[in-house]
Amino acid sequence: MTAMKTPLKIESAIATNRFGLGARPGDLVKIDAQPQSWLLDQIKGPSRLPEAITDLPGSASILVEVEKAREQRQQAKKSGNSKDKDRKMYGSAVRRNYMDQAHARYITATTTDYPFHERLVYFWNNHFAVSADKQPIPAVAGAFENEAIRPNISGKFVDLLMAVEKHPAMLLYLDNQRSVGPNSNAGRRANRRSSDKKTGLNENLAREILELHTLGVDGGFTQADVIEFAQAITGWSVGGGRGRMKAGTPGRFYFRDEIHEPGSVTVLNKRYKQKGMSQGEAILADLAGHPATARHIAEKLARHFVADDPPVGLVDSLAKTYLDSGGDLPAVHAALVKAKEAWQINYAKYKTPEDFVISTFRSLGHVPDDARTVFSALEMMGQATWQPGSPAGWPDTAAHWGGADGLYKRIEWSNAVAQRVGKRANPLELGEDVLGPVLGDHTRTAISRAESLNQGLVLLLVSPEFQRR
Amino acid sequence: MLSRRQMLKYSGLGLLAAGMPGISFARADTESRLVLVILRGAVDGLAMLAPYGESAYKGLRGELALAPPGDTDGLLKLDGLFGLHPSFSNIHSLYQQQQAVLLHAVATPYRERSHFDAQDLLENGSLSPGGRRDGWLNRALAPLHKTGGKEAAIAMAQNTPLVLRGSEPVTSWAPSRLPDADDETLRRIRNLYSSDDFFASRLQQALDSREIAGDDMNSRKRKNRDAQSREMMQATAKFLMAPDGPRVAVIESGGWDTHANQGGATGSLANKFRNLDSSLDQFRRAMGDEWSKTVVAVVTEFGRTVRVNGTRGTDHGTAGAALLLGGAVNGGRVVSDWPGLKSSFLYQGRDLAPTTDLRSVFKGVLVDHLSVPHTLLNKEVFPDSAAAPAMKDLIRNS
Repeated sequence: MTAMKTPLKIESAIATNRFGLGARPGDLVKIDAQPQSWLLDQIKGPSRLPEAITDLPGSASILVEVEKAREQRQQAKKSGNSKDKDRKMYGSAVRRNYMDQAHARYITATTTDYPFHERLVYFWNNHFAVSADKQPIPAVAGAFENEAIRPNISGKFVDLLMAVEKHPAMLLYLDNQRSVGPNSNAGRRANRRSSDKKTGLNENLAREILELHTLGVDGGFTQADVIEFAQAITGWSVGGGRGRMKAGTPGRFYFRDEIHEPGSVTVLNKRYKQKGMSQGEAILADLAGHPATARHIAEKLARHFVADDPPVGLVDSLAKTYLDSGGDLPAVHAALVKAKEAWQINYAKYKTPEDFVISTFRSLGHVPDDARTVFSALEMMGQATWQPGSPAGWPDTAAHWGGADGLYKRIEWSNAVAQRVGKRANPLELGEDVLGPVLGDHTRTAISRAESLNQGLVLLLVSPEFQRR
Repeated sequence: MLSRRQMLKYSGLGLLAAGMPGISFARADTESRLVLVILRGAVDGLAMLAPYGESAYKGLRGELALAPPGDTDGLLKLDGLFGLHPSFSNIHSLYQQQQAVLLHAVATPYRERSHFDAQDLLENGSLSPGGRRDGWLNRALAPLHKTGGKEAAIAMAQNTPLVLRGSEPVTSWAPSRLPDADDETLRRIRNLYSSDDFFASRLQQALDSREIAGDDMNSRKRKNRDAQSREMMQATAKFLMAPDGPRVAVIESGGWDTHANQGGATGSLANKFRNLDSSLDQFRRAMGDEWSKTVVAVVTEFGRTVRVNGTRGTDHGTAGAALLLGGAVNGGRVVSDWPGLKSSFLYQGRDLAPTTDLRSVFKGVLVDHLSVPHTLLNKEVFPDSAAAPAMKDLIRNS
């Protein structure tokens, strides 16, 4: 048995595990005097850019690189007698960038002193999900998080929204870069030229902005709103595209006036007469200030941090803070930290695979030296990094994550991790260090009776207390 | 000799002692098998099952129009109106062997265009998104295993999709490349979970499915997507053929949201169709004689626009196609109350109009194939579905 320690506050365990990414040994003691202020200090701007991402190339240069590799592959296919290397160049360029970015994320998550800030980055990235299962998104999914999300979560929602909807990864993911206004110069020309190869509108981005990014599915918009909004954002594109989409700095946001639908549009009963890019911006600004958006965001935050079925009172008060502050994200995040519902002890949230893997590494002080093993472990548990499979992002409920096989994979992985990196840890002390008073008697007993340190560590990692936050 | 999993079962811990009647393996009361394949993202039904015989088809579909049967890369002929996408050669031969019913202009009661609400409703079986928190297929399982506690259904994934969630126990399985935990550690984990039912029930379900799966289904090697889907279909067959195994399986597949460059007889959607076709054929072969007792239902949340959009793809629509395949299917037919493609017949001037309720198809299969009673179907499985009566004659000799 270990020596009795000074009892730690339950709030410290909640701050590090529910709000943060999992405690490291010593964290609970360090923040035990003021767990709430520890969280509040992480909210303030300016946004923190972690060291691990500073050497990564930006999305523009990555997009140029993979486009070149794609052309080379095309050439290789045409000529027929070229080397294998040329054919594989595209895939390997995409994979290298994907894994480099994932590695930087894993390093940041396991080492950061600002884990609540980091969790907020992941929350907002998931809110605006671009899924790496459509080319060339894997190459830039991490760059999207680092460029559009990270610098903007300590400001107003409207600025985050603008940055996201103008990011090349989002425009490519939801097919807006080639959405052509039928009455734009390019649209008229194309439709005169040939009736068969039609060119025109793509509704995808407009719909998902309304349904997922802002108002929410019950936010009161219609199919007509989707179409008019899609017209307003025609021209929001990426420079250096193929064929007639060549203009603009390659890989960067570029407004193509020649494909922008001229004229005014009506969205949510309001008429927008602006010309060019400012039309879409004006609509986005109104959407950001809409009460339905406030509610949608409040509900998602409350679900993520408090309970799968969040208390209505909490959702109401977060939505009110959002509206009162003009969509100020630090104000909303602080309201969440100060909400009494967030500090109740019932451990309502079942960790996602990512929560589980990262909190395991943090508790063991392990920093992954290779992205692939971590990535493939997460993939096996059902949460391949940046691949939620749809623009709705990963679900945030135990109903989704609580599959039988998913739990079994966590057991298998815990076992492998205990053998690989868990050698020196005393599991009972570790449990007390990272879970504090949350660690229950039943689990304590099981760990203390384990036949080896490894087995004890497995029991700690798979225990209900460690699997929830 | 007892397998290591059986050893665990008989070790008298936790749930086993409380919930399992002795050591008998309770069988589901049916020998019929049902596989539900959910294609997420809204498959283009007009590409799957094309009405080439309708005069408006070619003009509306533009560059996505498929050539008529007999032409190069042409559709696979079904009748004078419909042809199957050329990627579906195996499904076409099932059709010729009377083992495929191809349905068109089908839709759930959902009439908006959100993927996520539409999938929610497709799976919860009610009239609205969030209308039920559990899935219709779970609610239909009740009569299937009256005699014992084994899971009657399996999700072929780490996690259970909504359609299978609910109070009836189900399990899930996906291949693993990790080494197994040792028996003694597993025994202690069961003990650790004995006071928390969330964890205890899931561990039990996982152990049940792993006993059927065995060790040979876990390969340490990474596989490409085609190999992965073949592996998944073979595993599904193994579960469904096990004497004490599940009778119902759910498989999900994503990436069908073809807003841009979807292609025609070749291209990205054609490749996905070919992969689906060969995976299903893999499954048919793996099922052997049991194929004669099997129905595979292939469905999606809604169809796509009739017209091509501005980026050589299609946007979210309403009615689409569905497939019923299997030796138990009364097949060789296209079932459709075809609404036509003329502009005035289109739903909201843009989508294929729905004329058949997908719930009628599900109810027809549940009644005649799995013997789920009508009363349960109308009250519990699909509440408020009197307007969608069970479709008759979908199952052979029913």
